[in-house]
This record gives sequence, C-alpha cells and structure tokens, in this order.
Amino acid sequence: MSLVDTRTPDPKKFIKGATGDWEMVIGLEIHAQVTSESKLFSGSSTEFGQPPNSNVSFVDAAMPGMLPTINEECVRQAVRTGLGLKAKINNRSIFDRKNYFYPDLPQGYQISQFKDPIVGEGVVKLDMGKDGEVEIGIERLHLEQDAGKSIHDLHPNMSLIDLNRSGVALMEIVSKPDIRSSEEARSFIAKIRTILRYLGTCDGNMEQGSLRADINVSVRAPGGEFGTRCEIKNVNSMRFAVAAIEYEARRQIDILEDGGTIDQETRLFDSKSGKTRSMRSKEEAHDYRYFPDPDLLPLEFDDEFVAELAKNLPELPDEKHDRFVNDYKITPYDASVLISSRINADFFENVAKGRDGKLAANWVINEFFGRLAKEDLSVANSPINAQQLGSIIDLISGGDISGKIAKDLFEIVWVEGGEPAKIVEERGMKQVSDTGAIEKIIEEIIAANPEQVAKVKEKPQLAGWFVGQVMKASQGKANPQAVNKILKEKLGL
Amino acid sequence: MSVDADIVRRIGHLARIKLKEENLQGLAGELNTILGFVEQLDEVDVSGVEPMTSVIPSTLRVRKDEVTDGGYSDKITSNAPISEDGFFMVPKVVE
Repeated sequence: MSLVDTRTPDPKKFIKGATGDWEMVIGLEIHAQVTSESKLFSGSSTEFGQPPNSNVSFVDAAMPGMLPTINEECVRQAVRTGLGLKAKINNRSIFDRKNYFYPDLPQGYQISQFKDPIVGEGVVKLDMGKDGEVEIGIERLHLEQDAGKSIHDLHPNMSLIDLNRSGVALMEIVSKPDIRSSEEARSFIAKIRTILRYLGTCDGNMEQGSLRADINVSVRAPGGEFGTRCEIKNVNSMRFAVAAIEYEARRQIDILEDGGTIDQETRLFDSKSGKTRSMRSKEEAHDYRYFPDPDLLPLEFDDEFVAELAKNLPELPDEKHDRFVNDYKITPYDASVLISSRINADFFENVAKGRDGKLAANWVINEFFGRLAKEDLSVANSPINAQQLGSIIDLISGGDISGKIAKDLFEIVWVEGGEPAKIVEERGMKQVSDTGAIEKIIEEIIAANPEQVAKVKEKPQLAGWFVGQVMKASQGKANPQAVNKILKEKLGL
Repeated sequence: MSVDADIVRRIGHLARIKLKEENLQGLAGELNTILGFVEQLDEVDVSGVEPMTSVIPSTLRVRKDEVTDGGYSDKITSNAPISEDGFFMVPKVVE
C-alpha cells in the first residue's frame, strides 16, 4: 500500500525527547473472529471451550485429499462488516495460501486473501472528546482461517496442540497508518468492537481471543518522513495496547536519539513487565510465499447480494449517536456514552421514549450505569428494568417526588424491587405540594427562630437556611419550588 | 531466476525439511532445471489475457452455515506419534 499522511501534526500528542519532539505513527491490524456456527471451510463447530480436538474435521486437520468449501454465512458477515466500515465491497475476491510452518497449522499454510480482498477502503470516525472527531482510514478487510492453539505450560518438555480453533473464520481489518497516539489506538479498537457488536458479526470478546490486534508502531520528527516500524503481535486487551504502544515508542526514540537505527521486526508485548521484546530476528523473518489457492475458485457475488445485506443492516453506532442527539436533545458526550453498546442504547430508549430525554439520559448514565458499574453488573442482569426507571422519572416529572427522594426511591427499587408509584404511595414519599401544609411548617419555623428572621431581612441569601429547615421538618417531601415561593412571601423578601 | 545453495538452504528451512549440506548443490541444479522448463512459458505473450481460474466454467461452491462435521477427536489424533487427553503432543516450541 502507498502511505499517505492524512493527519496534521498536533503538538499536544508529541513526545518529548532529549533532542526534540517526536510523533508516533500507528497502524492496526485487528483480527476479529466471525460469528458463525461452523468454520470458514468446513462443517465443524466454532463453539468455544470444547474438549481438545473435538471441533475438528478431517478438513481442519488437513488430512490428505480434503478440500475446502466456503461457508456462505462467513461471506455475508464479512460484507456486512465492510458495509459497517463504510468500505468498498469487492464483488470478486481471491483466496491465497500464506505458507509458514508451525505445529498448530496442520495445512502448512493459512488460507487468506492477499492481493484481492473481499473489502477495500473505508473509514471509521473516532470521537476523541475535547480533541474533536478524528477519521481513521481502513485499508482493507479480508477473510482468513484461524490457526489452532499451542499450549506450552502443561507439560515439561512437550507442547500440546488443540486444533479446535483451526479453520475458524477471521476477518482481518487493516487500518491506514492514520493513528497518532495510544489513546487514539485504544479508541479505534473500541470503535471497531462496537461496530462489530452492533452488526453481530463478531462477539468482540477480547478475553476469549475473539478480537486481537497487531500494532504497527513507528516514530518520526513531527510531520516528517515515516520511520521504520515494528509490529507488536497479538495484543488482546485495550489496556495492553496502550501500554505496548507507549513502551515501544519510547524504546524507538531512545535508540534513534542514541544515533541508532530501528530494525523492522516482529515484537511481543509482555504484560507482566510492560515491555516489548523481539520475537523473530530478521534472518528468520517469514517469507510467506503467497499464491492463489488452487482448491478455491474466486469468490464472486453480484450487487443485489450486497444490496440485500445493506437493506437489513441494523442502525450503526454513528447513526444512533446522531439520532439520539437530535431526537432526545441530549449532549453528544451523553449520546456517545449511551451508544457504547446496543443493549445499553436500547435500555436508554425504552426509558426515554415519551419522556424528557435529558432527564432520562441523566438518570440512565449517572444513577443507573453508575450503580451497575459499582456492583459489577450489566444491563442484562440489572435488578431494575427500563419500565421501573421510567416510572421513577415520571414521578419526578409529574412533581410527585423531588430529585432527592427519587434517589431514595431508586435505592428501594434496586434492592427490593416493586412498582415505583406504589412504593411512593405506600411509604408516604409523595412530595407535599399542598400549600396549606407547607405554610403551616414555615409559620412554625419562623415563630421558633426570631433571630434568624431578623438576620435574613439584612442578608436575603440566608433564606437557604429556612429552606433547609423546612425540608428537614417535612422529611424531604416538601416541594422545593412551593417552599421557596411561600418563604419569600412570609419573610417579605 | 537462478537457484543457488543458499536459496535451497533457506526454502528447506522455511518448510522445516532437514537438508544435508552436501546435497544442496545437487538440489539447486535439479530445481534450476525445473525452473528452466517453467521459464519457457514466458515466451508466450499473455498480455491482455485473463488468468484462468478453472479449466471448466464453474463458480465457487458454497456451504450452509451448519455444524455437520467434527466430534471425533480420537480419529483426528489416531495417527499422531504421541497424543494425550485428546491433544497432539509435539516437541516443545516456544517463541
């Protein structure tokens, strides 16, 4: 690929070195396991966590004479993902053999796509908060087979091989070298994961290895020529990605400032030490000897096939974000929090429908998500449903309870469950808007505190003390607006 | 292109085939002969000709996304020199 610099150097992202400023240039290759029942070229299961070599057919084990037959659903998933990345779909693509020798690769080659991938160039938008929106180019997406798994720590002098993952479909999503900080890289991985999860084309589970990233890092003088890159393989968490990039950029800067040069090489990130180390030296560098797989004809489909998939695509995160801002009048920041997953976004919409969007966003994000995070729960196993939270908000909007009482009510519903309106009724939590009752309380307080009354005539801002007393006497149930109004009248302010 | 002993050693290593040093020269000669045959094809002008992907006009066959295979780890490992608990066992490889 030809390298084009699409970004304007931003001094905020520069790294200070001994000889001056440096800028990182990062490109990512994300390997995303395709959500499918069976493998890319065989009929064995993709289910995770099965006994060793039980999800393996003779095709996956590369027994002589076995031939691959492509899984049509994996093709659809790749096209859907391409559409989600606003990318060019190639109606004709070719499978190649990528040759290398490793015990967990029984074929001796991985079936992949080299020159003619199924998906071409696209673009992903990142919301970088106060730094605004950043566009990261997508170079390509191709389909390929996953390898099996080697386990090195179960036996003193043997490695154990499990081919269950061998032949599972992967999408490799390659970014352009448009990323300029570890934070952007983290945000890019998160955004890709969100898009994949919305589309249902990959579960995005990094702990199980369904999503992993190879990270290309180089450094250069700000805005200068691209430097020599190193590739950090198989990073399986966003936190590790940030740590690996920060370490690697610093390592390269130190070498260059000492007058050295960077060797283009593959490196591994060790999460325990927080460092990267060389994985393969240049002499052993792989020569993959790609060539078209003679067992497979070109993968071809027509525009109608793509149009049908496009028609049935779900609403994507960016579209949902804009719709939330427009329809519910919430801030772009709140919208980006709410759309982070489809289930969260759906929950918000169920709460917000027919209600004040801002109030709903506030309650869903601060009280509800806050409480879920505190108890390490998710929307799926929340003790409160959208309907219950919605009726709490109705009670606030209707003037039945104050915001403060609403928090107590939320706590009760969270712990005990039940119908919010009924709880308010039964436990006498209703806000007192009856002016007669409030007047009576205020009169008593004024009568009992002549000194404060004298003071407040001098300093009207002391009225707050009276509000506090009234709220205390009413156990928080007095309607604050009514209290303010009557207090002003009675105190003659 | 001409193959020499170094290239033979390198492709032998990539394929993990153990080659004896004294055989490299002879293998290079054999490979050069094969490449020579192939190079004769360069004499044909193929500019503007689409690469042929199949000798018969046909399209890629596709399969439905259904689990129809697997579930026989005993058969999968039955030819392995060593296997244990359903795993293949190989000499330790750690990068």
